[in-house]
Amino acid sequence: MNIHEYQGKALLKAAGVPVLEGVHCTSVEQALAAYDSLGSKIVAVKSQIHAGGRGKGTMYDPETREEVMQGGVKIAFSREDVENYATNILGNVLVTIQTGDEGKLVNNLYVEAGCAIAHEYYLALLVDREDKSVLIMASTEGGMDIEDVAHNTPELIHKISVDPNAGLLGFQKRDLGMALGLSGAALKSFFKMLGSMYDLFIANDCAMVEINPLVKTEDDEIVALDSKISFDENAEFRHKNWVELRDLSEEEDVEIRAKETGLSYVKLDGNIGCLVNGAGLAMATMDVIKLYGGEPANFLDVGGGADEEQVKTAFSIILEDPNVKGILVNIFGGIMRCDIIARGVIGATQSLGLDVPLVVRLAGTNVDEGKAILAASDLNIHPADDLAEGAQKIVSLIGGGE
Amino acid sequence: MAIWIEEDAKVLVQGITGKQGMFHAGKMQEYGTKLVGGVTPGKGGQEVLGLPVFNSMIEAITETDADATVIYVPPPFAGEAIIEAANAFEMVKGKGVIVCITEGIPTLDMVNAAAYVANRANVRLIGPNCPGIITPGVTGGAKLGIMPGHIHAKGRIGIVSKSGTLTYEAVAQTMSIDEGQSTCIGIGGDPVNGTGFIECLAAFEADPQTEAIVMIGEIGGNAEQEAAAWAKENCSKPIVGFVAGATAPPGKRMGHAGAIISGGKGTAEEKFEAFEAAGIACARDPSELGQVLLASLKEAGLR
Repeated sequence: MNIHEYQGKALLKAAGVPVLEGVHCTSVEQALAAYDSLGSKIVAVKSQIHAGGRGKGTMYDPETREEVMQGGVKIAFSREDVENYATNILGNVLVTIQTGDEGKLVNNLYVEAGCAIAHEYYLALLVDREDKSVLIMASTEGGMDIEDVAHNTPELIHKISVDPNAGLLGFQKRDLGMALGLSGAALKSFFKMLGSMYDLFIANDCAMVEINPLVKTEDDEIVALDSKISFDENAEFRHKNWVELRDLSEEEDVEIRAKETGLSYVKLDGNIGCLVNGAGLAMATMDVIKLYGGEPANFLDVGGGADEEQVKTAFSIILEDPNVKGILVNIFGGIMRCDIIARGVIGATQSLGLDVPLVVRLAGTNVDEGKAILAASDLNIHPADDLAEGAQKIVSLIGGGE
Repeated sequence: MAIWIEEDAKVLVQGITGKQGMFHAGKMQEYGTKLVGGVTPGKGGQEVLGLPVFNSMIEAITETDADATVIYVPPPFAGEAIIEAANAFEMVKGKGVIVCITEGIPTLDMVNAAAYVANRANVRLIGPNCPGIITPGVTGGAKLGIMPGHIHAKGRIGIVSKSGTLTYEAVAQTMSIDEGQSTCIGIGGDPVNGTGFIECLAAFEADPQTEAIVMIGEIGGNAEQEAAAWAKENCSKPIVGFVAGATAPPGKRMGHAGAIISGGKGTAEEKFEAFEAAGIACARDPSELGQVLLASLKEAGLR
């Protein structure tokens, strides 16, 4: 789960990480009031969306799709600038390299005081799955795309791994600061900041904290100029405040509804809907559809213990997508019994008035009963014995590949 | 012989009084698994499925001399259940196998639990977010997890996979060419887990019953690539492989917490390439795993 920069900055500030003064705004009036209250001659006017590349993005009018302004993060040198930029950003769509062509509607703005920057750095904390520990990464090449830095000049990225038994230790903070070339007051400031940042990471069950850039000011203070924070959703049960931090407009409505019913759904661009039990098999089903010339319309895992009602919900979610021309159901019954799935499929087909071809592949527990139930129905359901046969059948039923 | 879990292993169930724990304990018993007790703090002294319930893992292992435990504890408490089990096995027997089925454990809880287990050399963790481990016997066998027991048969193919239902698919594929399994392990789909691919490959390589291996990966991380490189140097037995997620879009989590292509890394293509570079025979369609395995067995003179 991602949160906005302004929300991340509030968390950083509460944890003791130095950030600049800033105000979250949802209107031009608020932006102007923020400028007045900050008392900083230069301010940054920043679009708040859950995607990177904002500074180099482009603002468009949501209706006409005409370009409004270059850049979704602007430096304002006057009150007029603030008014101009806030007007151009709020209610318009920001397209960046990470948003896709449709871009994201900007409803939130962050107006932040400026500071005198001496150097920009990169800092990130994340869980390293191979090392099974929290990894801290820092670089002197702040403000740049870190993937490029890692690719072109890997020696400029410094890493420390935190042993969960020992926690983040003083020498590690010092070593990392010195590797960045810091000394004196700036090193001291970095040392303190990194300790606070690590504590925040652990206390908030973060999946990633990325600060790009982290800056050294001309006064030798280390300040987080940006903030990109995401949480580990598995830990939601112990963070009641996440409900307020969640911006549902940033998430796919249908994916949220699927999750509420215990389904895992991801929309794709193809035309063959898939309904599968198990994440690995659901991915494999998509792969095999593609292998036989089709294009999957979605990933959908109904989980290990789906009942008739969930199967019905799964069908209705698949059919919401107007691109869907056919559906492949692929179930390997373990705990889930094939006869129950067969009844669920028939119930859903009847109540939803399914009018696209349907191929059902059943295997595992009670497979014979399941097949018999499907065969006895007078519905237009095409059985398949294995995944390859199922994929070939559905591709040919919708008239071949695209 | 099989790996890690023998057919007659003595097994405990943590969370046996819960709905999931009780249901699956029953299924494990039906399969022939030698269950010796359960653990639910505060419910010691009760009896479930004819088995004694204990308050703690130390008590349970001391009383039953269990070799392994299966955890069906809900996510908020599962990390601690792993640590309790690791501590108890180390203290009472100096060794043990922990299988954690639970899906949805916070990643930082797993960072702590995995580190705790790693400090105890003879304690092994399998999972979490996995179907478990099964060693089929001629009749019955040891089923530690949620897989459908009846699809398996004792044999010479070792199976290791990140995914549950895809493991069942692989089992069915071995059966389609009249081959049974030595041991099948689901290592789980979480970003941080216990036993990894390499440890499984090493154990299969050392196991006289196992003569060939099926390895199934999925997008995310680089465990498959590391395992392939390791296998190239260290594995003499034929390996066949499949990787799920060739059509998965980048940046989207595909059901499993760990199944995500991030920063362009961890793609299926990358993993297939690593497999092929290591001489692992790949199926691009899991329905072909059986035929690919058959060809590998023939090539090795095993059929």
